Amino acid sequence: MNLQNIPIKIEDVEQYSIGNLRALLSEIAAHLERLARDGNIASIDLNSLPFAPGEYEQLRLLLGQGEATAHIEALGPSDITETRYPGVWWVTHYNVEGDIIADSIEITTIPEILSSQPEDIRMGLELIKEQLNDEVMP
Amino acid sequence: MNEHDTLGDRLAQQGISRRAFLKFCAALATMMALPPGAAQAFAETLAKAKRPSVIWLSFQECTGCTESLTRSHTPTLENLIFDMISLDYHHTLQAASGFGAEKSREDAMKEFYGKYLLLVDGSIPLKDDGIYSTIAGRTNLDLLQKAAKGAAAIIAVGSCASFGGLPNAKPNPTGAVAVSDIIKDKPIINISGCPPIPAVITGVLAHYLTFCELPALDELGRPTAFYGETIHDRCYRRPFYEQGKFAKTFDDEGARNGWCLFELGCKGPTTHNACATTKWNGGTSFPIESGHGCLGCSEPHFWDAGSFYTPLSAPSASVSTVAIGAAAAGAAAAVAISALDRAKKRRAQQGHEKLTVKDL
Repeated sequence: MNLQNIPIKIEDVEQYSIGNLRALLSEIAAHLERLARDGNIASIDLNSLPFAPGEYEQLRLLLGQGEATAHIEALGPSDITETRYPGVWWVTHYNVEGDIIADSIEITTIPEILSSQPEDIRMGLELIKEQLNDEVMP
Repeated sequence: MNEHDTLGDRLAQQGISRRAFLKFCAALATMMALPPGAAQAFAETLAKAKRPSVIWLSFQECTGCTESLTRSHTPTLENLIFDMISLDYHHTLQAASGFGAEKSREDAMKEFYGKYLLLVDGSIPLKDDGIYSTIAGRTNLDLLQKAAKGAAAIIAVGSCASFGGLPNAKPNPTGAVAVSDIIKDKPIINISGCPPIPAVITGVLAHYLTFCELPALDELGRPTAFYGETIHDRCYRRPFYEQGKFAKTFDDEGARNGWCLFELGCKGPTTHNACATTKWNGGTSFPIESGHGCLGCSEPHFWDAGSFYTPLSAPSASVSTVAIGAAAAGAAAAVAISALDRAKKRRAQQGHEKLTVKDL
């Protein structure tokens, strides 16, 4: 008997929805309206929501994938994806062991984590200057 | 430890970018239920924070709390110990032993008098002059009283240090008590749970570093950011409770459908903790999600509250009409029943009457 023959019945993920998705989508829509009108940004913390098993996966399917994706490597990976609704981003941070440490929906033109930070820019500038002062520099 | 070291300095020395730190702060802000977008401000303040000296004393305990912390995923233990605090004494984790270890505690207590944080796990036995638990020939009571004198604040980690815990269970042969039963003149924050959620321990430390004060506490001294709501209030099975759908045994149709575990003894309605949202094992699940009711381990005297499998007691006044109405009318009514539940829970705890399905 191989693995394929083991009679495992995979349950339909939609079976467990307890109404979180509709509520969440309404909240996203309200935030998106404010972003479009006044430029107000917002963020929804997914870790603090009482999802029923399967609802999280359904949310992924519902929001889908848009045009932009980015990957950061800083104390573990981070995945930043624009959903099929422009202005709605899914931001997931992992630690070096691969556990999710923060998971949120951000309603913004660009998530803050993608911007270069002033402290890092100053550090980079010093490095460039050092490089220019280096005598072996061509 | 260099007292003038800030967390930002330490990170820069280690080549950790501000973006990486911002990400770490996003995780902390999430965990502490700070408003969205707080991570940036949080990062700026935390980077300027001085690393406090921390002395950790373990008394009558099972080391489960330390085990929980060392499996903390937000942030990692390395971050916690090496960047956020200067852990000057922890007899399970430190390399030093014997006189050297005891001396490092004495030194830290002298050097940072009035400034260090004292973390305690385990209860303190008082019977027979406290001889039932000693370290290097000194009783827990003596160690706690001496260390508490110079502490800026005390964090009681776990249900034993917070409320007496299992050593306090009847007949309590060692006369075990909580930290707050002995120390009356210092701010004490209780992080209860058996064990507590590791992220809560680190969250409280981060809060203290950022705001230089203890977070808001409930009437039992627990941080409201984590203990403000009951397991039941945030449980994903809550809608089944509202609909009156209950599992009657662990293998019936209701259990298979993921219905409410109230009748199987779930203590979620009277237990304040963050398990339902923060979850365990890297955010994998929590007991109810695994099909077992909540034991109520973050509440005082959960160890003497009768069987884990006996349904909670409740008042005899029927609320069935309201419950059915709430299920039908939606969110607004659900809020109303939630408020009603709180009052009901309080009365239930006082009344100790058995609740039946009819009451729901």
